[in-house]
Amino acid sequence: MGVLAALIPVLPLLGFLMLFLAGARLGARGIAVVGVGSVGIAAGMALGLTAWFLASPVPVEVSAWTWMTVDGFAPRIGFRLDALSLIMVLVVTVIGVLIHLYSAEFMAGDEGYARYFASMNLFVAAMLVLVLAADLLLLYLGWEGVGLCSYLLIGFWYRDPANGRAARKAFIVTRIGDTAFAIGLLLLFTHLDTTDIQALMGRAQGQWPAGAPLAVAAAALLLGGAIGKSAQLPLQTWLPDAMAGPTPVSALIHAATMVTAGIYLIARTHALFDLAPAVRDAVGAIGAATLVLAAFSALSQTDLKRILAYSTISQIGYMVLALGVGAWASAIFHLMTHAFFKALLFLAAGVVIQRLHEEHDIFRMGGLRQRLPLVFWAFLIGASSLAALPLVTAGFYSKDLILWRAWSAGPFGRALWAAGILGTFLTGLYIFRAVFVVFLGPVRTPPRGGIGPAVAVPLVVLSVLALIGGFVETPDFFGGVPALTDFLAPVFPGPPPPGDPGGEAAASIFAALVALAGVFAAYVAYCRRPAMVATILRHPAAEAMRRCWAAGWGFDWLYDRLLVRPLVATARAGRADVIDAGFDALAAFCRQSHAMLSRWQTGQVRWYAAWIGAGTILTVAISVLA
Amino acid sequence: MAAAFIISAIVAALATLRVITASRAVHALLYLVVSLLAVAVVFYTLGAPFAAALEALVYAGAIMVLFIFVVMMMNLGEPAARRERQWMAPRTWAGPAVLALALLAELLALLWRATGPASGGEVGPGAVGALLFGPYLLAVELASLLLLAALVTAHHLGRSAGKEPDR
Amino acid sequence: MTAVPPEAAVLLACLLFTLGLAGVLARRNLVFILMALEIMLNAAGLVFVAAGARWGQADGQVLFIVVLTLAAAEVAVGLALVLRIHRQAATLDADAASRLRG
Repeated sequence: MGVLAALIPVLPLLGFLMLFLAGARLGARGIAVVGVGSVGIAAGMALGLTAWFLASPVPVEVSAWTWMTVDGFAPRIGFRLDALSLIMVLVVTVIGVLIHLYSAEFMAGDEGYARYFASMNLFVAAMLVLVLAADLLLLYLGWEGVGLCSYLLIGFWYRDPANGRAARKAFIVTRIGDTAFAIGLLLLFTHLDTTDIQALMGRAQGQWPAGAPLAVAAAALLLGGAIGKSAQLPLQTWLPDAMAGPTPVSALIHAATMVTAGIYLIARTHALFDLAPAVRDAVGAIGAATLVLAAFSALSQTDLKRILAYSTISQIGYMVLALGVGAWASAIFHLMTHAFFKALLFLAAGVVIQRLHEEHDIFRMGGLRQRLPLVFWAFLIGASSLAALPLVTAGFYSKDLILWRAWSAGPFGRALWAAGILGTFLTGLYIFRAVFVVFLGPVRTPPRGGIGPAVAVPLVVLSVLALIGGFVETPDFFGGVPALTDFLAPVFPGPPPPGDPGGEAAASIFAALVALAGVFAAYVAYCRRPAMVATILRHPAAEAMRRCWAAGWGFDWLYDRLLVRPLVATARAGRADVIDAGFDALAAFCRQSHAMLSRWQTGQVRWYAAWIGAGTILTVAISVLA
Repeated sequence: MAAAFIISAIVAALATLRVITASRAVHALLYLVVSLLAVAVVFYTLGAPFAAALEALVYAGAIMVLFIFVVMMMNLGEPAARRERQWMAPRTWAGPAVLALALLAELLALLWRATGPASGGEVGPGAVGALLFGPYLLAVELASLLLLAALVTAHHLGRSAGKEPDR
Repeated sequence: MTAVPPEAAVLLACLLFTLGLAGVLARRNLVFILMALEIMLNAAGLVFVAAGARWGQADGQVLFIVVLTLAAAEVAVGLALVLRIHRQAATLDADAASRLRG
């Protein structure tokens, strides 16, 4: 049965190959069947595997073959199925198949239909390789594979140069992180002599004491890879631009799965981060800073997809924060619920945007509640889950767990907790701002068309998941079902957190109140008194701040000045071939000398004779003077 | 002997000066013959009668005849002489004169240093012949080869001169 | 007999040589250049003879004969060339025959 684990990535890969090689001959229907079907079967297998794994929760390793053998370096094409990778596989395949199904209708009629599904299938395959890999090098293969697919799909509508630019930006910025990851990988291999993840972690714990410089360096490099892929400070600038791709792509790659690969990587190599407390604190700080900054940016966006993009950065910030306080399971928990509700939000937003003739500006939307009721409810559920409205939404449980674990992680954790609470308020504010502006109020742009079943089903299923997905892990004061934590316990061993039901309940209630306050603030600002925001923004300082937030805190501007322009200037200077100028000068010197000497060669015998005479005089003069 | 040497040396120098300044080739040739004969006298006064005889015979005789033939063949007349005069502007002489004087000064400076007894005495043809067909046999053979080569070359150049144009 | 000092002969040779050199450099007519060359060769021969007289050896005269041979060969080839140039280029101007200039 465990062999199935190795087969799961193969199916989407087969789908990719079919679509890639024969996409043009399949017809729209065939393309959809192959594209959705391959991921669908993979999802079915993943569910079957889950049932089997729950019955006997023992990690399974499947070695397909040895990739290469070079003097002790023998990475294998091996897959490891344990609780962590199983959850990731479930998230990737289940959400993957829902988004593929949605895409079948959403992308219908696009001239790149086959190319779209081929890329999406390749992405799913690469992502599954990433999460199932037993070897860090294989993981890196999947890591680069998803990066490639991300690039291909962001620039899917390649005729618009802006999309190509966005794709390149995403690729190049994440490449910075990928390079750090690759260096970290090589560092680990050179010092621990293996790339097998389990062996690597075991040897690291055996050979390096806590705080060992090598462990810190390796952890920091892996962290570099993670923040690149997961769009955390300071490499977050690519994600908002990545919204240039089709909306289902944003939902699958840039919200639910690929951007959480960094979380998975850190969780997978958590033993290493345990050895490097400094890096772990940095992880927490990065998460906290990112979640707050991105939340402010989300608050000031007018493009619906960019709101969600900044929201994604912010929510991943929560996960990173959780990793920073060692709450590995909570990070994975939030990863899961976030995948549900953010995919839902993106899919709902995709429908809205498409029905409004590719209108992205939320202030030209409005009153869609009656026109698109299903989408409204789906978006509302997603927004509630994102804002962590208490008790009924999945986001509440996961975010609450993170905040509680941060609170109970000492003084540094308290600081992180404060950032998280601020983020909670902002999250409620910005997402319900979108809800109120888009779905309530007057109709500004009338929608056209309806919703087919292929779009409706994923919305409904994801809505349900966004509501009930959190019940796998509930706090002590509300049911006390630590199912997910228990399930992940073999992967993340460690002492259980100190129980403090009273404190946890108080913290939860506080967080819930803060979230509700955010929602209420949005209600006041955008439903009751829309003039208030305009009044505030009339103040120059507020307007300047809004502009700063809307531009993502000016990181793009900073990088443009700091890196891009010097690089471009260097390239411009290099175009003139500065170094070549030296050689050109040499050539020119030779030519000049030649011209000069050949003018000497007059062809006149007497001239030559005169020089012979002069030479003779000189020679004799030497012997005379000697 | 010394008087003969001085007179012939002055004659040689003056005749040579006229050779290089003459505007007519025939005049120059005649002055050259005079110069060569004067040098032959100098050889004689130096005690080298064989060399003097060769100088008179080969140089002044044979080689100069060659020159005369050529000058006659080219039939250089009054226009050529005018052109020669035109070419011999003082300006033309400046550079060569400077070079020649510099060389002369250097040679004289070298000569000034040379010391030693003026020995000598006559070296007759017998001694020359003994040496020529003794240790210098190889030089003689080489000279014969050189002459042969010159003969072939002159013949070739002279024969094909009119027949085939250069290009 | 009153020996002529060889230095004097060498002095004459130097004079003749430089005169020849000046002729070679100054004249443009090829025939005159050849004549000036003859003067220079003759001066060289004179030095050999003077040197032979200086040491009382026959070697100087032997080398004079070699120089003589060389002069004869040179004149033969040189005059042939002059004739040829005269026929083809219809000039004896050495400066005009500068096709080999760089």
